[in-house]
Amino acid sequence: MSTQPLLDVRNLKKYFSTPKGMLHAVDDVTFTIEKGKTLGVVGESGCGKSTTGRAILRLLEPTSGEVLFEGQDVVKLSKEEMRKKRTEMQIIFQDPFSSLNPRKTISQIIADPLKINKIITDPAKQLERVRELMEIVGLADRLINTYPHELDGGRRQRIGIARALALNPKFIVCDEPVSALDVSIQAQILNLMKELQKKMGLTYMFITHDLSVVNHFSDDIAVMYLGKLIEKAPSEELFANPTHPYTKALLSAIPVPSLDNRRERILLKGEITSPIEPPAACRFANRCPHATDRCRNGEPQLKEIRPGHFVSCFLSE
Amino acid sequence: MSENAKKDLTAEIKDLVVEFRTDYGVVQALNGLELEIERGKTLGLVGETGAGKTTTGLSLLRLIPNPPGVIVSGSIKLDGKDILSMGDKEMQAIRGKTVAMIFQDPMTSLDPVMTVEQQIAEVIKLHEEGGQAEALKRAREMLELVGIPGSRGGEYPHQFSGGMKQRVVIAMALACNPELLIADEPTTALDVTIQAQVLEMMKGLREKYNTSMLMITHDLGIVAEICDKVSVIYAGRVIEHGTLEDIFKNTRHPYTEGLFNSLPNLEDRQAELKPIKGLMPDPSNLPKGCAFCPRCDYAMDICKTEKPGRTYRSDTHYVECHLYNKDNIQEGKVKSR
Repeated sequence: MSTQPLLDVRNLKKYFSTPKGMLHAVDDVTFTIEKGKTLGVVGESGCGKSTTGRAILRLLEPTSGEVLFEGQDVVKLSKEEMRKKRTEMQIIFQDPFSSLNPRKTISQIIADPLKINKIITDPAKQLERVRELMEIVGLADRLINTYPHELDGGRRQRIGIARALALNPKFIVCDEPVSALDVSIQAQILNLMKELQKKMGLTYMFITHDLSVVNHFSDDIAVMYLGKLIEKAPSEELFANPTHPYTKALLSAIPVPSLDNRRERILLKGEITSPIEPPAACRFANRCPHATDRCRNGEPQLKEIRPGHFVSCFLSE
Repeated sequence: MSENAKKDLTAEIKDLVVEFRTDYGVVQALNGLELEIERGKTLGLVGETGAGKTTTGLSLLRLIPNPPGVIVSGSIKLDGKDILSMGDKEMQAIRGKTVAMIFQDPMTSLDPVMTVEQQIAEVIKLHEEGGQAEALKRAREMLELVGIPGSRGGEYPHQFSGGMKQRVVIAMALACNPELLIADEPTTALDVTIQAQVLEMMKGLREKYNTSMLMITHDLGIVAEICDKVSVIYAGRVIEHGTLEDIFKNTRHPYTEGLFNSLPNLEDRQAELKPIKGLMPDPSNLPKGCAFCPRCDYAMDICKTEKPGRTYRSDTHYVECHLYNKDNIQEGKVKSR
C-alpha cells in the first residue's frame, strides 16, 4: 500500500470493570480503513462492534491501543485537542428516536455542532448552512422549525446525518444507521449515504448486524465475535470464501428473500458466552462444530491467508 | 370462489374495519382487511410499520385496546365461530388455548418478578385440568421442548439472554397446544444465528402439532423461509395475496415490487437499491383512491379517485390494483423476479 490509510487502529482494547471481573468488550482489535472507503463491521449483539466505534472517537476512553487518524494517534490527544479532532470524525447513531434532543427544533439540532465548535458564529450564516445541509440530505425546507417527534424515523435519521455532516468531517462512524427503519425507507437512506460518500469523499465505518446491507454497502467487511476481530476481507471475497466457521454460520443464517438457490444452513448450538474474564482460548470454541483441543487451549492470531483476507482460526493455518 | 367452501380454515377475517378514535382524529387502522389461514399452514402477513399488521394479530384475539380502538364492522371467525359476538368469558377461554400470540419484544413481554416456569404454568392452570404441581411439570416440559433445560425453570427472565427469553415466550404460547399461533415479528429482536435457531424450532413444532400460524413480519427472507402463503398489507388492506410462488415469482402489485427492490441483493452487490419513494400515508388522512397511489410509479388518473377492486390471476393469487383486469393479469405490468 503506497497510500497511508485514513484510519489505522492498532491493538485497540476496551475493558469494563464489572463486579464479576473485567469485561473484555473490545480485545486487541487491529484494522485499517483507506480514504474514501467503507469498512463494514458485523457481528451479533454484544460482540463489541459499537464499543469499537465509540472507542475510536474516544466517546469511550480506550483501555489501550493506538488509533492513528491520518497518521496521528488520537488516543494521546488531550481532551481539548480531541474535541477539535472530532470535527473531522463524526458519528451517526442507531436510534433516530433517542439521539435527537426532543426539545430542540431541527434547525437548532443541525446548527449545534456549528455553534459548539464556533465554526460559524453569525446566526444568519448558520441558518444558511442549516438550509444547505437539509437540502443535501433531502429534508424539505418547510420542516426547519419542526420538532423531532413530528417526524418519522427516516426523516429523523436524515437529521442525524445532516448533523454529522455539518462540520465537513472526513470520517463517519455509522452505528446501525438503518436498523430502526422499514425496508423501503432503509433503501432511501442507504442510497443517500452512498451518494454523499461519492460527493464528499467520506470514509465510513459502517456498523451493522444486517449482513445483506453490509454486503451491499461496504468495500471491506470485518467480522467480530466476543470482542475479537475474527475475519476481515474485501466484501466479495468474504461472501465468496468465508473461512472462519463463525463467518460461515453467520452468512448461512441470513434469510434470503428468494425461492431459488436456497443455501444449506449451518445451525449453531448455544449462544455467545460471557465476555467477562474470557479464558485464553478461541472464543468461538464452545459453539464451533470443528473445535479441537488446540482451540480450547490457545488463542488463534489474525493471519493473512490470501492478499487482504485475514482470519483468526487454527483450522485455516 | 367455490374453492373456499371446501377449505379447512382455522381463521377467517372478512371485511374488517378497525378504527382508533383519538382526540386528534380517527386513525383508520384496518380498512376492509380479509385473510384466511388454512389448518396446518403458515400465512405470512407482510408490510411496513403502521400498515396494520399487529392490529390484525390483536383483532384475532380481540385484544384491540378499547378505547381508543373500535372494531367498526366485519367478521372474525375462528374454527367457523364468530368471535365478535362472543361474551368475555367465552373469549377468555379461547385466548391462550385456541389462539396464542408470540409478541415482538421478548424483553418486555415477560413478568420480571415471576420465575419463567410459573409464568408458563399460569396459562396451563387457566385452561387445563390438574393442579399447581401438574402445571409446573408441564411448564418444565415446555421449556425442554424449546431447548431450555427444565432445571432452569426456577430462574427469572433477567437471567436469560434475548434468544432464550423469546423461547420462553414461545413455550408459553405453545403450552396449551393452540390451533392458531400468531407470531408478531418473533425474531426481529434477535441476532441472525439465534433467529435461525428459533425459526428452525418453530418449523419443527408446526410439523409435530399441525399448528396453523400467522407470521407477522416485514422480512421477506423469513417469509420465503417459513410461510406457505403471503398476504401483503398496505394501509390496512391486503393488496396482494398468493402462494410463495405467486408473490415471489409472479409479483403483480407495484408495492410488492417496491418491497423486493428495496432489499439489497446478496448475489449482485453492485445492484442499486430502488427504494419506494415517499412515505406511508397518514392513516388518519388516507388518500381517496388507492392508498398507494401517491408513491406509485405506475399511477394513473383513476388511481387518485377510485379504490381498486380485486383481480384474480388464479385461484390462489389476487391483487388490488387498477393496472390489471382479467385480460392482462396473466402478463403482469411490473417486473417479476
